[in-house]
Amino acid sequence: MTANGASALGAAVPEEAAFTQEVPRGEPILEVRDLIKHFPLTQGVLFKKRVGAVKAVDGVSFDLMQGETLGIVGESGCGKSTLAKVLMNLEPATGGSVRYKGEEISRLSGAALKAVRRNIQMVFQDPYTSLNPRMTVGDIIGEPYEIHPEVAPKGDRRKAVQDLLDVVGLNPEYINRYPHQFSGGQRQRIGIARGLALKPEIIICDEPVSALDVSVQAQVINLLEQLQGEFNLSYMFIAHDLSIVRHISDRVGVMYLGKMVEVGSDAEIYDHATHPYTQALLSAVPVPDPAARESRDRIVLTGDVPSPANPPSGCRFRTRCWKAQQRCEVEVPLLAAPSWLDGAASHDSACHFAAEREIGQAGQSGQAGESGQGGTE
Amino acid sequence: MPDIHDEDSYEPHPKPGVSHLDYAGEQGMAVEQETLVERDPVKREEARSLWGDAWRDLRGRPIFLISAVLILLLVVMAIFPWAFTDTDPRKADLVNDYLRRPNWGDVFGGGWFGYDAQGRSIYARVIYGARASITVGIFVTAAVTVLGGLTGMVAGYFGGAVDAVVSRITDIFFGIPLLLGALVLLNAFATRTVWSVVIALGVLGWTQIARVMRGAVLTVKQADFVVAGRALGAGTGRLMFRHILPNAIAPVIVVATIALGGYIATEATLSFLGIGLQDPTISWGIDISSAQKVIRTAPYVLFFPAAALSVTVLAFIMLGDAVRDALDPKLR
Repeated sequence: MTANGASALGAAVPEEAAFTQEVPRGEPILEVRDLIKHFPLTQGVLFKKRVGAVKAVDGVSFDLMQGETLGIVGESGCGKSTLAKVLMNLEPATGGSVRYKGEEISRLSGAALKAVRRNIQMVFQDPYTSLNPRMTVGDIIGEPYEIHPEVAPKGDRRKAVQDLLDVVGLNPEYINRYPHQFSGGQRQRIGIARGLALKPEIIICDEPVSALDVSVQAQVINLLEQLQGEFNLSYMFIAHDLSIVRHISDRVGVMYLGKMVEVGSDAEIYDHATHPYTQALLSAVPVPDPAARESRDRIVLTGDVPSPANPPSGCRFRTRCWKAQQRCEVEVPLLAAPSWLDGAASHDSACHFAAEREIGQAGQSGQAGESGQGGTE
Repeated sequence: MPDIHDEDSYEPHPKPGVSHLDYAGEQGMAVEQETLVERDPVKREEARSLWGDAWRDLRGRPIFLISAVLILLLVVMAIFPWAFTDTDPRKADLVNDYLRRPNWGDVFGGGWFGYDAQGRSIYARVIYGARASITVGIFVTAAVTVLGGLTGMVAGYFGGAVDAVVSRITDIFFGIPLLLGALVLLNAFATRTVWSVVIALGVLGWTQIARVMRGAVLTVKQADFVVAGRALGAGTGRLMFRHILPNAIAPVIVVATIALGGYIATEATLSFLGIGLQDPTISWGIDISSAQKVIRTAPYVLFFPAAALSVTVLAFIMLGDAVRDALDPKLR
């Protein structure tokens, strides 16, 4: 950690060359370690007194591999979007490190930050507010070239913008239109084209389809998948829709109250979840078949998500967990593969009692949940 | 990674026309939009922006048309007063007694509206008086828009300590009554011209615009497209003037247009009180002031400059109202 910080200070303006080297497929391109983002809570009008902090992101670690899609799921307010903003350097990190190709980027500013921005881009959630209503589509997609003139020479920009429109499946003739003349799905394509303009290597998608109709969601998801193949992109895909994340992701991370509770390949998470929170989330996925719906066993969590300003001690999920015991109150579970599990169940899970949920046991565990709930309160 | 702009590096996409039809079907709404658009190919590429929509809306509003015609007339009057009258507004001929009633038959002539106490043509003075009022109105508005706009932009954009300091300074100026402050400031000028009135009102009047601008900037600053600009690496200048300003300027334009009429009225008030413009400058305010002495015997001496002033102020306020309604989509 300290070594990383020192190297970042030493290389205040990293050589451009450092970012142009190719990372082999499957190797980490973005390494996040113990990332913390606390928003201070202050009191007083003139002399602000710090009375606490909202721990939006509190010690998150993961690797994003070159060419993969890492899905991040979790309910509203768990810190997914804050994580994206911190990774994009839109919010300064309170602590921890973010390394892109081995280079610490979370404390960069000025020209060095601008160089990193070329390589990490973002697609926003709401296509209705993420495009400037006073700019034409050509200006919106061409703006990256004005900010980074070295990417496309002045004479080629119009052509480059039209190519991008074509790539995302929009008519290149639309270059002089304004955003309000497009539908939600078309606008999101414009947002994606803007993200692609600088030929980045990583695109952080912050709930890119949750504001769209279901039929349009599929088209945008397919477009993102197609572009990943064409331009060799790595995605971090934030969403709260579990089925979309399963469709697009190679690996999935589950967040709860500012912490990553479980990380694994999509099969590991969806078929062999070992963290109780993940199991509860998965049991809430709607099942289309009424017969199957009857027989399946939903885990209904009681209570609300605790306030991130005052999270529970030990395991953050313990207040709503049916497995919670004395140990969960005292000891923070680490995100690591539990030694007592093997096979697909042996992936990173931050639970002292990580175990796959067995079908026969499901009913019992649900009942145990109710009685266990009473015990922990 | 492959070059986006290299034709060979990605699979050829459907031809533009085809892809356009394909994607038109992605949403019911979109299909409807597309077909509507297709029916009228000439209009298709016409840029429709907020200002474009506002302009289309304004053209159909009688209030806007009336006020625009009036303002146009007043501006022409201010620039070319000699085109409206042959009479010298400063020529005082005591043969023309103010007790002689207006000569309604003398259309556009010196005696049309009668003569004032010094035997000067009231009609000519009403025409020539437009220049002072319009100049004060337009230049004060320009000054307060630039000054208040920049102050509000800085306060809203940077926030925190900068906002606290700038906003307190704004509050201090806001606390000075416009008329009292202008009286004190104008007293400092040995000879008062149109420009000294512009300076005095500009120095005192920018606070309202600054507050409106700050509020608008605070709202727009949060928008995702500004965050997107930052994520692209855009600098402060680009974010302020490319992204925030065009989206925050509408309420400022509205307030400024309405305030313009108020500044004209304030100038007249100051001139009436004897602290604004002075002879030989011709101003409706001065004429209203000098008409007091004869108001009981010859009320028309007061009536015409006062009517001109009221119509001018009303025209600008109506214009401001129409612009506000046109720019606010919720009122459409």
